[in-house]
Amino acid sequence: MKVTIKLFATLRIGRGKILKKEYPEGTIIRDIIRDLNIYEKDVAILLKNGISTKMDKEPADGDTLSIFPPIGGG
Amino acid sequence: MNNYFGYQGVILRVNLSDGKISKEPLNLEDGVKFIGGRGLGTKILFDEVDPKIDPLSIDNKVIFATGPLSGTATPTGGRYMVITKSPLTGTVASSNSGGFWGAELKLAGYDAVIIEGKSEKPVYLNIADDVVTLEDASGIWGNLVDETTTKLENIHGEKARIATIGPAGEKLSKISGVMNERGRAAGRSGVGAVLGSKNFKAIVVRGTNKVNIKEPDKLKGAFSNSMTKIRENGVTGQGLPAYGTAVLVNIINEHGALPTNNFQESHFDLAEAISGETLAEKYLKKKDPCYRCPIGCGRYCEADYAKGAGPEYETIWGYGSNCGVSDLGAIIKANYWCNEYGLDTISAATTIAAAMELYQKGYIKKEDLDGGPELVWGNADAIIEWTKRMGEGNGLGALMAEGSYRLCENFGVSELSMSVKKQEMPAYDPRGIQGIGLNYATSNRGGCHVRGYMISPEILGLPQPLDRFATEGKAEWTKIFQDFTAAIDSVGLCLFTSFALGADDYADLYNAVCGTTLSGNDFIEHGERVWNLERLFNLKAGIDPSQDTLPKRLLEDPISSGPSKGWLSKLSETLPLYYKERGWTENGLPTDEKLESLGIKEYK
Repeated sequence: MKVTIKLFATLRIGRGKILKKEYPEGTIIRDIIRDLNIYEKDVAILLKNGISTKMDKEPADGDTLSIFPPIGGG
Repeated sequence: MNNYFGYQGVILRVNLSDGKISKEPLNLEDGVKFIGGRGLGTKILFDEVDPKIDPLSIDNKVIFATGPLSGTATPTGGRYMVITKSPLTGTVASSNSGGFWGAELKLAGYDAVIIEGKSEKPVYLNIADDVVTLEDASGIWGNLVDETTTKLENIHGEKARIATIGPAGEKLSKISGVMNERGRAAGRSGVGAVLGSKNFKAIVVRGTNKVNIKEPDKLKGAFSNSMTKIRENGVTGQGLPAYGTAVLVNIINEHGALPTNNFQESHFDLAEAISGETLAEKYLKKKDPCYRCPIGCGRYCEADYAKGAGPEYETIWGYGSNCGVSDLGAIIKANYWCNEYGLDTISAATTIAAAMELYQKGYIKKEDLDGGPELVWGNADAIIEWTKRMGEGNGLGALMAEGSYRLCENFGVSELSMSVKKQEMPAYDPRGIQGIGLNYATSNRGGCHVRGYMISPEILGLPQPLDRFATEGKAEWTKIFQDFTAAIDSVGLCLFTSFALGADDYADLYNAVCGTTLSGNDFIEHGERVWNLERLFNLKAGIDPSQDTLPKRLLEDPISSGPSKGWLSKLSETLPLYYKERGWTENGLPTDEKLESLGIKEYK
């Protein structure tokens, strides 16, 4: 399945802003986070197609993940 | 050396009509009951000003208030509040600012300054510890904020801290604020216009005293504990220091809750160009932290001639996506002119967005523009030039300087103003975030995010995640956030500390400084007292509960695209629960029982 991954703030360093990746069926978000060398503790906001989701969920083909470190406040 | 702890024990009263300056003792019982800052200032306003008065009449007063922790060795103890009756909303106004000015006023020896009456000629106040004088302001009247500040620094020395209004306040713009240290603003609700109506330009202050601490050892422990929590928290220890508030642009846009084109859309395709990440990469020159702040979210940016504080997230959103503009350099310039003229960036930007919708729909015509840039979505020149025209009060700019509600009302379509109680809403679409909508609708100063920042649990997951679309639990959480914030605003610390600190932490700091024995729950209850007092002021001012609502668009037109597509604000579900949670009647009136328990029944 093809997944678009949007990274923000410090998570972009050494990884880029938008990644287009392909993963085998059954891959859960936690696997993708590990594949990107991101520590789970550095993920504060996790969205699938703009809706809050969890690490153990499985994205579908064509989904977009947005991943933010602990940031924010305005 | 006075006999107070945390407080200086002195309230300075300045009568502009007869030039009399007097120092009055602080009634410590008022301090115990209303803490200070926002709470104490509201209490003074209510005691001395009839809520029904015209806000721009001689009868209004302006109170600059510090808190018991202002000027002490606590994290972010530099805040102050400006409390008055708002000419924008007709409600109580209490605008908060950071920087250094609040701490300086406290160290000069004052808990609050009351400005009353009206001067015949422009004046400013000079405070050098216990020497206080009114001075001729004819040489600075009409000057921009930077020029005013420089001139006053030349007279009174570079160590003097200066809070001033700009030309917008002098011209009685209902969206003008008070600026301190050039780029910090007590921005909202038109507090600058009330000073302008009194021919009052600025307060220069130099303070060299100390604040007595009741239990210094205990304070060291409480300080150390709170600093550790602030440094270890992701938001206050990493996110805000690295990116400032602007990092929210991408966060809120990814959720599909970034108001775009005057809330006609909720997703901006060009958000990356105006994001905090882009700001840091292209325009950020240095950080610009406030007094004793370990967070340091303040930014100092440059875009050509425009050099100075900001822009904050709210400003970038207002001039950016809400006007369809993706030119971050132009947004920095518009922000610069707001600071120079002393305009509130949220209201100024959102009023331009409303003007763009009026132009889009044919209410404002090309001939109304007096040769100015076209008010079309995405026009970067327009946001700069129309900000200046609002500041100058020229032509259509004069009407826009009244705020979006009066602008739209002038064309018979007040529903196009994205405001609550005539004050413009900030940068979160309440259709996609239910709790923040309830907070906007019930805020005691109209459209405002920092009366109860429900974004914290609904988007950032702090202190715990809440489903942003759900209505369950939002009444309870909104009440807690509102009460908690009222207490933080009263004690004199920055609201941003609350990402890391809980009520017990604030109580520990307050107790160590003042020698009190408040629990965390007591601290929040103090905030509830302040909230109810503000509500009573508003009710007496004629702001009835029917105004606890949102613009029609947010209640009737579902979001048309993006991740929040199809959602509306469900205020009709959450508002009755909120009134119940507050212990008010089903019509939104505080009950005798509630007021009795809070000890403020006499204000009903």
